[in-house]
Amino acid sequence: MAERIPRVPVREQDPVKRAANFEEVCYGYDAEEALKEASRCLNCKVPRCMGACPVHVNIPAFISHVAKGDFAGAAEVISHDSSLPSVCGRVCPQESQCEGSCVLGIKSEPVAIGKLERFVGDWAIEHAGEGDAPAVERNGHKVAVIGSGPSGLACASDLARMGYEVKIFEALHKVGGVLVYGIPEFRLPKDRIVAKEVESVKRLGVDIETDVIIGHTMTVDDLLDKEGYDAVFVGSGAGLPRFMGIEGENLNGVFSANEFLTRANLMHAYDEEFDTPIYTGRKVVVVGGGNVAMDAVRTAKRLGAEAVIVYRRSEAELPARKEEVHHAKEEGIEFRMLTNPVRVAGDEKGWVTGIECVEMELGEPDESGRRRPVEKAGSNFTIDCDVVVMALGTSPNPLIKSTTKGLDTNRKGCIVADEEGHTSREGVFAGGDAVTGAATVILAMGAGRRAAKAIDEYIKAKN
Amino acid sequence: MFEIVSKRDLSPNITEMKVKAPRVASSAKPGQFVIVRVDEHGERIPLTICDYDPEAGTVTIVTQTIGLSSKKINSLNEGDAFADFAGPLGRPSDLLDLPQEELEKQRVLFVAGGVGTAPVYPQAKWLKEHGVTADVIIGAKTKDIFTYVDEMKQVANVYLCTDDGSEGFHGMVTGLMKDLIENQGKQYDRCVIIGPMIMMKFAALATKEWNIPTMVSLNALMVDGTGMCGACRVTVDGQTRFTCVEGPEFDGHKVDFDEAMRRQNMYRDHNKTHSDNDKCKCHG
Repeated sequence: MAERIPRVPVREQDPVKRAANFEEVCYGYDAEEALKEASRCLNCKVPRCMGACPVHVNIPAFISHVAKGDFAGAAEVISHDSSLPSVCGRVCPQESQCEGSCVLGIKSEPVAIGKLERFVGDWAIEHAGEGDAPAVERNGHKVAVIGSGPSGLACASDLARMGYEVKIFEALHKVGGVLVYGIPEFRLPKDRIVAKEVESVKRLGVDIETDVIIGHTMTVDDLLDKEGYDAVFVGSGAGLPRFMGIEGENLNGVFSANEFLTRANLMHAYDEEFDTPIYTGRKVVVVGGGNVAMDAVRTAKRLGAEAVIVYRRSEAELPARKEEVHHAKEEGIEFRMLTNPVRVAGDEKGWVTGIECVEMELGEPDESGRRRPVEKAGSNFTIDCDVVVMALGTSPNPLIKSTTKGLDTNRKGCIVADEEGHTSREGVFAGGDAVTGAATVILAMGAGRRAAKAIDEYIKAKN
Repeated sequence: MFEIVSKRDLSPNITEMKVKAPRVASSAKPGQFVIVRVDEHGERIPLTICDYDPEAGTVTIVTQTIGLSSKKINSLNEGDAFADFAGPLGRPSDLLDLPQEELEKQRVLFVAGGVGTAPVYPQAKWLKEHGVTADVIIGAKTKDIFTYVDEMKQVANVYLCTDDGSEGFHGMVTGLMKDLIENQGKQYDRCVIIGPMIMMKFAALATKEWNIPTMVSLNALMVDGTGMCGACRVTVDGQTRFTCVEGPEFDGHKVDFDEAMRRQNMYRDHNKTHSDNDKCKCHG
């Protein structure tokens, strides 16, 4: 057998330069690189990658189109299962999904499925509008979608393609949900990618109204009873930040990652043209080890601060994508593993001066299967800093539950829904983080699409 | 876009605007607020709703020029529009939870200071519509900066006080409260205080002495206003609460005002804001 070609490296912005700007880190493949990388795929008879993809994209099929230079064909294959390839190619945890089960990965490096997906998605965005399917005839039924994040956008576009009149209600002033307020520009470009994905949803005839907070401005019951919607999809996400409950957490200079990132991403606080302020001081400590923690710490670095991650487990347990951890390290982020905050210290004016931590060691595995971190008694020490950002996860907003009759939620405040998105309330469907708690873009997108199918069946059965 | 259908100056730096926002107007209740954004570059700013007219589809806001964003708001004119006007947000006043027969028995005192007078108005008006005429104390440094006095007189018994004695009682709101309660024998079942944080702190301390259940409306910093960012967190009875979703009204006897004041000035304390390496332009 011929010597296999190695995985085609992807071009990236120089780490020193990019640590001082908000432009995208990864440049992605060009057509030549994509063709070469696609040629590495073995086109397995039993493609393990497909099984490991939460929405089962036909990965070998799309890659074989790429290998032939048929990018439109590749986009068509992906579109059967994913409506956001440019986004998922950038933000999916490929190492624990498709690429993690690629056979090539056993002896060498897996096919760069994420980078190829991104290439195809970006190609499709550049060529959007060419050969678009003609507008579908409207079937006279209306569906309201709450939230314009990944699940809402996916649900809305599928329903529009089926002929429904769809309206998305978004609470914020900008469309995209976590794609615009949460994930930073340097990982997911807003104008070049997110706005284009939104445009393509609008081209299908989906109407989007911003500044409408369902539960306040109108209720789910209003939508069904007064506004004439046949069904409602709730894709309101998991937006409430968690704090640790330790002393000093309300000092000036302690922020949730949501606040820190929303100021930077949604409000463009890093841009002098915009009015919203953001504060970093000289040194920022971010508590947490997920993607949001990486986004926050790298944002702080780009704003000119010294930036540190504090995480209570070891590096092997970091829940963030490997690529983000790698990028963060390249950019000069300091990682303090096995370190857990016990108190935020402040000065007489109430501003943060440091974070007192305790060293941890790994004990027996806990219910998550990861080894439980245990405090080392008496190992307390303080890291001096001006800002502390808490990136400890989020939970769903109780607003819709508390204003919708008969909508069940679980102990964690998540809306109870089955695989197809049916909730305890007739005509109300739900999916994404509002149901699962904070999860991934691809899971939310998949849930939105399954719910669209269920909504179609529900409305057809009633009429 | 949300058009400004009318604008009038209440004092040299306090402006009232009626904004076309039909969805907000038809769902607004006393005690709630909106988040506005002047233009594409603007901050999201919380403003308490001062009146609303579901039929006209308008919501009234009153803004005092303090920093960059309020200056931008007040430089808008009739016919101009806000980029965003979202709401109503927060919980309505507790008064709305009372059954009518209980409400009718309530002797309510409102204490309003500065630009806080306007948000007291919808609550007093709502009470009047429900058969209750409340007492309203309006305090100001001097008589020239009183706002909403004529409107308030239509719906409540108004008592004025000025720090300099130029009109009404000579002294601060706490002095007038003491006069009404201790000298004039007035009795109240509940008190609602809206105004500058420092005034709310001392007025709430006073009502605690008299055992009058008291609510205060906090104007904390916010970004999204829907519970996402946590910028507005405040300590009430030892617990961290989010002003945007659990407030803006809280038990005035349990709020940690010192912390609330410190947090409110978070971006004003620092003359360098974007980072210590940049020049601040945030509070011009």
